[in-house]
Amino acid sequence: MADVVHPIHGEVHRHPAPTSFIRKYIFSTDHKVIGTQYWFLALFSVFVGMGLSLLMRLQLGWPGQEWGFLKTLFPTAAENGTISGEFYLSLLTMHGTVMVFFVLTTAPQGGFGNYFLPIQIGAADMAFPVLNMMSFWITFMALVVLMSAFFADSIAHFLNDYFFDVAAAGNVIGPIGGWTGYAPLSALGERAGPGQGMGVILWVTSIALFCIASLLGALNFITTMLNMRAKGMSLMRLPLTCWAWFTTAVLALLSFPVLLAAGILLILDHTADTSFFIPGGEYVNGKLVTEHAGGSPIMWQHLFWFFGHPEVYIAILPGMGLTSHILSTFARKPVFGYRAMVYAIFAIGLLGFFVWGHHMFISGMSPYSAIAFSLVTLTIGVPSAIKTFNWLGTLWGGQIRFTTPMLFAIGFVSLFVSGGITGLFLGQTSIDIPLHDTYFVVGHFHLIMGVAAIFGMFAGTYFWFPKMFGKMMNEGLGKLHFLLTFIGVNAIFIPMHIMGMAGQTRRYASHWNPATGEGLHYLSNMVPLTRFVSIAAFVTIAAQLIFLVNLVWSWIKGKKATENPWEATSLEWTIPSPPPHDNFAGIEPEVHRGPYEYSVPGASKDFLMQTDAEGPVIEHGH
Amino acid sequence: MSTTVTRDAGVKPGIGAGGGQKDPGGSDPFEPPQGDSKDWPPGFSREDAIEPEKYRIGMWVGLASILMLFIALTSAYIVRGVPALSGGDSDWIPLAMPRILWVNTAVLLLSSVSIELARRALKKNEYDRFKGWISLTTLFGASFLVGQLIAWRQLAAQGVFINSHPHSSFFYLLTSLHGVHLLGGVIALAYVTVAALRMRIGFKRRTAVDVTSIYWHFMDGLWIYLFGLLFFFR
Repeated sequence: MADVVHPIHGEVHRHPAPTSFIRKYIFSTDHKVIGTQYWFLALFSVFVGMGLSLLMRLQLGWPGQEWGFLKTLFPTAAENGTISGEFYLSLLTMHGTVMVFFVLTTAPQGGFGNYFLPIQIGAADMAFPVLNMMSFWITFMALVVLMSAFFADSIAHFLNDYFFDVAAAGNVIGPIGGWTGYAPLSALGERAGPGQGMGVILWVTSIALFCIASLLGALNFITTMLNMRAKGMSLMRLPLTCWAWFTTAVLALLSFPVLLAAGILLILDHTADTSFFIPGGEYVNGKLVTEHAGGSPIMWQHLFWFFGHPEVYIAILPGMGLTSHILSTFARKPVFGYRAMVYAIFAIGLLGFFVWGHHMFISGMSPYSAIAFSLVTLTIGVPSAIKTFNWLGTLWGGQIRFTTPMLFAIGFVSLFVSGGITGLFLGQTSIDIPLHDTYFVVGHFHLIMGVAAIFGMFAGTYFWFPKMFGKMMNEGLGKLHFLLTFIGVNAIFIPMHIMGMAGQTRRYASHWNPATGEGLHYLSNMVPLTRFVSIAAFVTIAAQLIFLVNLVWSWIKGKKATENPWEATSLEWTIPSPPPHDNFAGIEPEVHRGPYEYSVPGASKDFLMQTDAEGPVIEHGH
Repeated sequence: MSTTVTRDAGVKPGIGAGGGQKDPGGSDPFEPPQGDSKDWPPGFSREDAIEPEKYRIGMWVGLASILMLFIALTSAYIVRGVPALSGGDSDWIPLAMPRILWVNTAVLLLSSVSIELARRALKKNEYDRFKGWISLTTLFGASFLVGQLIAWRQLAAQGVFINSHPHSSFFYLLTSLHGVHLLGGVIALAYVTVAALRMRIGFKRRTAVDVTSIYWHFMDGLWIYLFGLLFFFR
């Protein structure tokens, strides 16, 4: 059967490009448009989340201070111009939820993953383009519902007036249960505090929608990577970004259903009077809860953190893949230990499913299970160290080009180390128990899950902006942005470890008010440091405007990007910037080599594209 | 004999499209035919050649996430139902099983048999038998859902509602979640049945039959599991 015509090779089915505005830019099935939509959704969300943290830092730095503009902005929630305890909790809840779901989960995977996974594997689109569009729009709906939780009070009044009776919220602007929404308080409704009624209903609805969207997205990612690779794109020739997106998708596929299950149980407790999470004999706000009995609040924590810990890796793994990719590109060297990097990603993903208990050391769990969780937690240090040393090995002896994406990728490694080290502290029960409800934990997870992942996104944006929008970003502004942000985030989060060791409690709106002498006296000497952190936060947030200006300016006036401005090797750099509608103009690319062939001995230039058939062949034996 | 639907047989061992391709003989109507596309029978296109694999992978991946949803709820069921795990003050009262659930279970088991017969009939290109079996499967699926509704009505008539006690909460929750998923299967079956009755079983819809049957068997197995969990582990 030598002359059988191959039904696939060399030709990919071409969908005609849509022409109407709505099909092209709004309800588009093109993975590139959808990726860009996710990216803009995350950009909007990150500024909302930062705005909320700005308000929180204002309150924490100057407790008790009356601000005229707060009175004007929030006439009910901040009627004296100060942020009340409940208002603070709602800011905290919304900050966490917006940032974790709509920024950390959305931009690296839904944004960059959607845009670049199909291109990097040589496909014309995702496996299920319509499903992809649905994922985005369900995510969008989830964001709308979450944003509407700011107006929970008005919504409750509206429903009361026109439809059915729900308890109206008090003087707050949203749910107050934290992004973890711990039961039983989150299940008891308005009597457990303002915002625990309608606010929680909207919050859970938003999260349930987000779960469904993420599941559809994960299904699409996995199928695409398994089934849509171009000729010659073997598994060990995939860029590490693809491996990271794939592992992230597997984590999302297996962990989001558990959150969905928890959310369904919570909303039933909340609205249908079941008792999954509510134990008997609860005495809340001076009243005995009579209609519930027998539920287990710890069960919520187990279900939530079974999702919650893989979620941490959902946020950080794409950043790891991207960091490997960028370090190799700008050090002009192959990734050190490619296979080890792939296996380390798997190991981190796998172990991530067996450590959720370390979030619950103070829940009263058996010390024996705590030891098991502790051991597995510390084991994650092994693959994490493999990755860190391989990143350093990639940089070692390279001809490093210090571009903005490279700076952010190096920044990622730095933050990953400083945030990861404290993870080893907190993974041990004896240290976690005193530190658990303090700023030590806040500093730890912001460094590693928050800022390191954000640095991954910045690196990705500066790296791929030329491909996505066809324009180069301004390097001067980019470097200034990096410098201010890198110093800024360390100035914010490193002092938090000191505060935590001094016993500064998290989730409190005020610790010590020097003017009135109210609060926790033992924290009075932490006031200057807390204020310093607030100022550092304001400066760092202001520095993000540089990024915004750079984006807009570059988009309009930036230098036109060539096909391959970074002299990188993967497939996205073989096609025009921005790529055409069907990526490879209907011709499936053929891949001849691995993704990181820089400085190959005997080659005519210092990099070989994955599509280069000519040039020396490298055997990667291990 | 290594050229066929495989996009690149040489470099993708093990996982995904490259690995595990069936021997291409053209005798299996679930595989697209060989050779120049202008000689292919109507209803086949080049794009179809990679379609079936992608839908099958997508279905298995989707089933993994549905499985995780029910695993999570099972763990909640066990924690809530075992007094030692839920803190001791258990208010667990096992529900008396509505008898109709036995009938529903039998109907669903029969539907799994009939969809398998339908799939095999289609494989042998016996369209009339295929139409009969697939219509019967759709009917069985819809009857199961009606039967579940009757079970709910019977319990409600006895004054047992979702908030009556934890076992009834889990009963209503698990049956409705399973029912929603099964409804999706019935809709898919109805789509295939209508296509079959209108004699439009091209290559793509053969994939739909194949993928729907995977889903249907899974939903059947899931029900047997939930039935056992709810009434034989309480």
